[in-house]
Amino acid sequence: MQATVMTATLLGVDALPVEVQADVSSGLPMFGIVGLGDTAVQEARERVRSAIRAAGLQFPNARVIINLAPAPMRKHGTGFDLPIALAVLTATKQISASLVEGATAVGELALDGSVRPVPGMLAHAYTAAQMGYDLLGPSAALPAAAVVGRVRCRIVDHMSALRCGDIVSREPHCTEPFDRLSLPDLADVAGHDGAKRALEIAAAGSHNLLFVGPPGSGKTMLARRLGGILPPLNDDERLTTALVHSVAGVDERPALAGVRPFRMPHHSTSSVGLIGGGSPLRPGEISLAHNGVLFLDELAEFGPATLQAMRQPLEDGSITLVRADGRVVYPAAFALIAAMNPCPCGYLGDAEKRCTCTEAMIDRYMTRIGGPLLDRIDMRIRVDRIDPGRILAAAEEEPSESVARRVNKAIAFSGDRPPTRALTGGRLLAACLPNRAALTTLETLARTIGLSGRAVTRTLRVARTIADLAGETKVTRDHVLEAAGYRIGDTV
Amino acid sequence: MTEKTTELGVKGEAAAVQYLQRIGMTIAEQNWRCATGEVDIIALDGTDLVFVEVKTRRTSSAGTPEDAVSRTKQKRLVRLARAYMAHAGVGPSTVRFDVIAIRVLSEDRALLRHHRAAFLVES
Repeated sequence: MQATVMTATLLGVDALPVEVQADVSSGLPMFGIVGLGDTAVQEARERVRSAIRAAGLQFPNARVIINLAPAPMRKHGTGFDLPIALAVLTATKQISASLVEGATAVGELALDGSVRPVPGMLAHAYTAAQMGYDLLGPSAALPAAAVVGRVRCRIVDHMSALRCGDIVSREPHCTEPFDRLSLPDLADVAGHDGAKRALEIAAAGSHNLLFVGPPGSGKTMLARRLGGILPPLNDDERLTTALVHSVAGVDERPALAGVRPFRMPHHSTSSVGLIGGGSPLRPGEISLAHNGVLFLDELAEFGPATLQAMRQPLEDGSITLVRADGRVVYPAAFALIAAMNPCPCGYLGDAEKRCTCTEAMIDRYMTRIGGPLLDRIDMRIRVDRIDPGRILAAAEEEPSESVARRVNKAIAFSGDRPPTRALTGGRLLAACLPNRAALTTLETLARTIGLSGRAVTRTLRVARTIADLAGETKVTRDHVLEAAGYRIGDTV
Repeated sequence: MTEKTTELGVKGEAAAVQYLQRIGMTIAEQNWRCATGEVDIIALDGTDLVFVEVKTRRTSSAGTPEDAVSRTKQKRLVRLARAYMAHAGVGPSTVRFDVIAIRVLSEDRALLRHHRAAFLVES
């Protein structure tokens, strides 16, 4: 007695179709799973047996062999529980084959027979839509299917529903709308007008930014407030970001509601944690920050190898991981916001406290970050300690809401133009529309301060964002000068 | 093995046979032997071929009788089952491994637990 049930396994942000074949025959009683499943798949045997019994159905006392095809592809995760159980029940004629025909099933089983969602429900819904199948799984499949569209759901929340053959066919629907988190407000930060302006530009153009300053000057406070002025995700960005969050098992509702991700991993984060990797492969923080912001506080405290691994994704907007069992591309188009002290003691360039570091110590400190990474940072802002009088004066500061309005206006102004980060060369020039004076200024600056090719391109992109904020179609000399000012600064 | 424990085992197996017959199973073999070892009882439950391991214990000091059916013992029983099926020329049929655990309470009283399909063949 044989039966086949369709399911899928995650590879990167895709769910690849897998066929679960069950063969139940007489002979010595056994339950074997072949087809390169990992430990979680092997352990499915115990969950499937218990869940079938808990639902009042029979696990056959026979030779039960499950094959996961295509057999050479590695499979991982607990989402195979439900399709394996369905295949066994179909093969033993305990449920009608029509229940599983034309559907792709996914779900983890509990010993009591209840069915749970697994990471990547969104990716599974995509695959179901592509194959023109229904998605068979727990209720959590409904919002995922609603996001994807063009896919119907068959819902099983408990295995006992199968006993009476009543799998509810339901139209996908979204769950309750997600409440925006209350984010810290820029109004809480006294002074630092220059740094706030830089944050506004970074938010409008998705530029990389580095705050340098002594301890306690407000770098972290400023950076954390970037989340509150970011523009909402557009429809495409929503889906791609939510997909990464879904496969990583991170709550994808904020992304679906249009909230740009703002990730702030601690500096003890490993390379795999930041870039992605592990077994099974999992997206790292840079991918979870896709279409959003990655904030690295205490940049110099991150492992040098970890930092350098970000160089390629910073340019490409994606990360390619190659492992023995395959090649995976995760999207990673993020804006990097970093904060650091200017030297090990922290007080280099401070107005009052004297720096106690030697020249060699400062050099070593800076080499931890290194030229190639610094070159990819568009804006470097010196954040100095501000006068205690200003903090205690409790003056009215501009709230995030009004900054966000300007950011949104700038983005609306840029219209259909593709984001400048995706453009280089002639296409970048065509999009930026610098006037003659702007071009000559940029050229002179590049020669005198020795800007790299990349730095020139990046400066032009920042100038474009500044022009967008000003509501001007052409990039002028002033925009270029401001942009270049952020690159040279008096820092680092 | 002391004479006493052997005696206890034989008594336990006899009780198990009686019990299996009472629940309607047909005893095909008792103490079937081959080079690999011995199967306590081979029975037919309808068309199912059942291999039964009987464990009898007087005290629980060495754990429950069921504990005695270790992984190694399960594997040996599977090997024996294969050998028996080859020997008796039984084709593929539904096979089951049962365990009967007997706890002796007094001279004429005992507790018997019957575990149907107690374990599966490991893949």
